[in-house]
Amino acid sequence: MSESSVGAVDAQSAAVVQKAVPEQTPFRRFAATYAESRIAMFGLVVLIFLVLVAVFAPWIAPQDPYDLAKLDIMDSRMQPGDKSGDGKLTFVLGSDGQGRDMLSAIIYGLRISIGVGVIATVIALAIGMSVGLLAGYVGGRTESIIMRIADIQLSFPAILLALILLAFLKPGIGNIILALVAVQWAYYARTTRSAALVERRKEYIEAARGLGLSPLRIIFRHLLPNCLPPLIVVAALQVASAIALEATLSFLGLGVPVTEPSLGLLISNGFRFLLSGQYWISFFPGVALLITIVSINLVADRLRDVLNPRLQTH
Amino acid sequence: MLAFIIRRLLQSVGVLLAMSIIVFVGVSSLGDPVDVMAPPDATQAEREATRVQMGLDKPLPVQYWRFLTGALSGDLGRSFAYGTPAVKLIVERMPATLELAFTAMLIAVVLGIPLGLWAGLKPNSFAGKTIMTGSILGFSLPTFWVGLMMIMLFSVVLGWLPTSGRGETVEVFGIRWSFLTLDGWRHLLMPALNLALFKLSLIIRLTKAGTQEALLQDYVKFARAKGLSPLRVVGVHVLKNIMIPIVTVIGLEFGSVIAFSIVTETIFAWPGMGKLIIDSIAVLDRPIIVAYLLVIVIMFVMINLVVDLLYSVLDPRVRLASE
Repeated sequence: MSESSVGAVDAQSAAVVQKAVPEQTPFRRFAATYAESRIAMFGLVVLIFLVLVAVFAPWIAPQDPYDLAKLDIMDSRMQPGDKSGDGKLTFVLGSDGQGRDMLSAIIYGLRISIGVGVIATVIALAIGMSVGLLAGYVGGRTESIIMRIADIQLSFPAILLALILLAFLKPGIGNIILALVAVQWAYYARTTRSAALVERRKEYIEAARGLGLSPLRIIFRHLLPNCLPPLIVVAALQVASAIALEATLSFLGLGVPVTEPSLGLLISNGFRFLLSGQYWISFFPGVALLITIVSINLVADRLRDVLNPRLQTH
Repeated sequence: MLAFIIRRLLQSVGVLLAMSIIVFVGVSSLGDPVDVMAPPDATQAEREATRVQMGLDKPLPVQYWRFLTGALSGDLGRSFAYGTPAVKLIVERMPATLELAFTAMLIAVVLGIPLGLWAGLKPNSFAGKTIMTGSILGFSLPTFWVGLMMIMLFSVVLGWLPTSGRGETVEVFGIRWSFLTLDGWRHLLMPALNLALFKLSLIIRLTKAGTQEALLQDYVKFARAKGLSPLRVVGVHVLKNIMIPIVTVIGLEFGSVIAFSIVTETIFAWPGMGKLIIDSIAVLDRPIIVAYLLVIVIMFVMINLVVDLLYSVLDPRVRLASE
């Protein structure tokens, strides 16, 4: 109930505010409310920084970690702060077993981790949303079949479902995205459907039907925009859990291929050096992963507060 | 109630059938098993003979039927790597996984409820805030990375605890257990703590929220007005009322602890089912993969069924809603 009524009340309160202060758009009001929390702003700034680092990795990283010709085995497992053999490069965060600069590896790993998490979430959101809207709008047998499948799927832990799929697929970026989508679509389907159930009884849907609009148009132009607020919150939280799940699966050797290591695989690569005290190969990618997950969670928590009409002061 | 149970049982059978089809199709996609079974220098005729012997020349529905009847009689083939029946291997490894999962859940409950109570009773104290911050961290920290850092700290730097294995075990009813020896406990402690971390955070948050809600209720105010000692008010009146949601969550989360033990077992080389499946996927030991997936799905369907039934007994509103 609380989630599903978000759209309507949000629209109403937005309308009220717009009447009172005409120059304020809903987005500005939303941004201003968001900015009231300093810790959430901090999370947002860190997140934007991480995304920029991930996007511009080739221009930022001191070394191209995929170019094996540039690596020198003599530089392997250098401590943080050591210089490379030819004196050209300082390993700020140390180097790994192949003489790869850890900072560069982490920057490229971040690119893969965030990329996989975001792509998987967007695809799962698109599928889950469409299915949820269909279920919520059409109802009847279609709805009960779709939601029964989603319910059963959600009764299994995500890691187990991903494992079942990945046991039969070869490691690869495409396959890990497929597994994450298969795990996540049900969350969106359930959230969308509960929002759609409330919305479809409202007058504007009735009016759209009365005008003779096609069901597809009603679903995507009228129903969907009003179901969005709870979906945004769920999607934000799910990006963080997708990144964490990908890292875990890659750590187990079921995720990304060894040629394109994500943060999880970097941590896994350092595992065997940990016992001899060379902590940095596992430690720093883990710190990067932790900062990413925490900053996304901070932003998502704030989005939930801002988009939840029960907590709004207006 | 009876209709509810029957419907849930039918649904469980449906899930199992669907899962057997997924596993069957998945296994066929792993490539031609004849490549694994037949010797590398086999002639075309010999390969064909192996194919017939394994029943792979039959149409797919017939193959699926053979697979299904085999599964029902507990025969899913022999492991390529170990040479023993796959189901037997899984069942042998199960006690180690269950031991780890139970210990983790125990740690989460024994630490989580008192900490959550404290945070709920004194939310603005330093201790209360520290507990809640810690629980947020427990949610965000990637479990497998925490496990590595625990090994780093407790084994490499401090040298207190061993890094892998089950240690000394004692055999009871033909099953080996670690928790009966001191050495076993030294091996069990770190993986169990690692596995417990996430659930600990969850139980702390649930207990805290429940406590704060209960403190506002009239029965707590009345108990206080009656002059009962604070210990009795919290220990009897508050705790009893927040236990229903906590017990439910413990039941629901037990399954996910078993699933997540795959990760913990891999880190700490704990010889349970999870480590076995990860090792088997790496070497494409097909019968083990199939046996593990079917066994774990059966376990989950049973856990879900029991939790649903318990839930409807504990909270009658649930049963009414579903009927």
